[in-house]
Amino acid sequence: MANVTFRSITKQFGNFTAVNDVSFEIHDGEFVCLLGPSGCGKTTTLRMIAGLEQPTSGRILIGQDDVTEAKPKERDIGMVFQDYALFPHMTIADNIAYPLKVRGVGQAERHRRAGEVAKNLSIDQLLERRPGQISGGQQQRTSVARAVVHKPRVYLFDEPLSNLDAKLRLEARSFLKHLQRELGVTSIYVTHDQAEAMAMADRVAVMDRGQIVQFGPPLTVYREPATTFVANFLGSPPMNLLPVRYEGGAFKAATFELDAGPFAERLRGIAAGSQLTLGVRPEHVRMGGAGDAWRIPGEVYAVEPLGPESLVTLRVAGALVTARLFGDDPPTATGATSFAFDPSNLHVFGPDGRRLAAR
Amino acid sequence: MKVVRHVLGRLAFYVASAVFAAVFALPLVWLVFAPFGAKARLSVALPDPFTLSNFGKVFANTFAVRALFQNSIIQAVGTMLLVTLLATLAAYALSRAPIRGRDALSYGLVLFSSIVTGTAAMVPIFLLIFNMGLIDTHMGVILVFTGGLLPAAIFIMRDFVDSIPRSYEESALVAGASPWGMFRDIALPIVRPGMMVVGVWTFVNVWGGFLVPFILLRSPTKMPAAVAIYSFYTEGGTPIITLTTAYALLYTLPVLALYLFVNWKYGFRFFGGIKS
Repeated sequence: MANVTFRSITKQFGNFTAVNDVSFEIHDGEFVCLLGPSGCGKTTTLRMIAGLEQPTSGRILIGQDDVTEAKPKERDIGMVFQDYALFPHMTIADNIAYPLKVRGVGQAERHRRAGEVAKNLSIDQLLERRPGQISGGQQQRTSVARAVVHKPRVYLFDEPLSNLDAKLRLEARSFLKHLQRELGVTSIYVTHDQAEAMAMADRVAVMDRGQIVQFGPPLTVYREPATTFVANFLGSPPMNLLPVRYEGGAFKAATFELDAGPFAERLRGIAAGSQLTLGVRPEHVRMGGAGDAWRIPGEVYAVEPLGPESLVTLRVAGALVTARLFGDDPPTATGATSFAFDPSNLHVFGPDGRRLAAR
Repeated sequence: MKVVRHVLGRLAFYVASAVFAAVFALPLVWLVFAPFGAKARLSVALPDPFTLSNFGKVFANTFAVRALFQNSIIQAVGTMLLVTLLATLAAYALSRAPIRGRDALSYGLVLFSSIVTGTAAMVPIFLLIFNMGLIDTHMGVILVFTGGLLPAAIFIMRDFVDSIPRSYEESALVAGASPWGMFRDIALPIVRPGMMVVGVWTFVNVWGGFLVPFILLRSPTKMPAAVAIYSFYTEGGTPIITLTTAYALLYTLPVLALYLFVNWKYGFRFFGGIKS
């Protein structure tokens, strides 16, 4: 049980900066997801906590201990690898018990404890098998069992679900979240799947090009994305983003013009003629809306019925805007139409891509 | 018409295969039959009359027996252990440690050894071993074989170690193992199939090696079987076929036994620890 603290951590590989001056504090018992596209530095961050990489500069603390230079074995952590990395020459029981073996726990005692953990994870019937003889989902549970058996202070997960098929992944997601709640151990979970991060985390750290762009509870990050990058990364489909010019108290694009009046306060300090970005979530977009002031004309590009909902994509001034419509019957619209939305659901991002928040 | 052509095609294929197989099988079949005949012959036929007297004469030759069951074993097993141990450690380091130019080093080793070893290097090797005072010792033979085989062995081993994902070792380290514990518990067992390949390969190379022991050894009591087989030649230099084949058959058995043992004990590969 421990906090994990990063103080101005930078990690360089040759000339490439993988992690750039990152600081954060993860609280005791918290479940934090590091979310971002590949190459954003999230896995490097995790490996530095594990001690598999040394930061170029900065300090790492686990609990009150400065572990920046500590070896992995001195850090008291449990880690689940993306490829599971179960030892192929050992039985499942020996795999789970390995962290106890290296801590000098006797064979009978460590097999008893491995059996206990295996029973909790419903893999106790597999203890005598080898990793090659069990399924992917079972291998995944075995690697979780090996990470928790010695009751470490921190759990680290490196995309543990990415090798499972879609159905198993949902199952394993609920299972891991339940397990973490039950054990209450500080957990850091790396993923590029925004749905996974949203579903599991207490707080999400969205990373881009070696930096944390936004760090907060999932719904806050979803509802108030700090930048266009975050807005575009979270949500499936992601937030619609439309480039506009701010001129004469209005947002202007080639085919539409919207009154910027309700946003006057946020736009204070923005020069006329600035390039801004408007964002609206697909679920906040309505079709049609004749007579609505907040209306943008477009042309139907594609209709995708998904069962309980449908996605309608419109082509608007060179960009694509997706509407997420709930209801059993897919819309039949074709050709020229328009969409509307409530101005309270509209996000405005400044010329630097940062969201303009209400003051 | 189509069926006929198909049948004729298959027939031609099988006949050609049979002829091809026979060309390779005949010498081996001859080697199995010839030692049991009372008279030497160069054709393959069931031995008639069947006799074990050739083996009796071979076993009466104490020089040849000691060569096969003592000297060859000492030299082959000694080299095998040394090469396998050194190649594993070197390959592991070359694969895992961030050494600048390690690829060039590995390829350079193989290239260098394939150019330099063999008969061309025999004179300097002889002088080297002579000055080390290792002429006419098993150790001299073992060291020269080790030097010759090690570069290729490192190359083979390195390829093997490279193919093993690092996450095995990383997960052992994170689980709390020391670097040495990780090597002993995880890395070594996982590269063991590769060690077996290198070990058997080394053994077979030394077992069949003639030139190195022939030049570096003096006493008949230290000669290996590859040299001792000449004791079954007449003074005129022609082989006594019944005795050389009997000895040759015995000579192949340890290699066969080693291969079967390794295949039975370790001849499986591990799968399933890594999900990809």
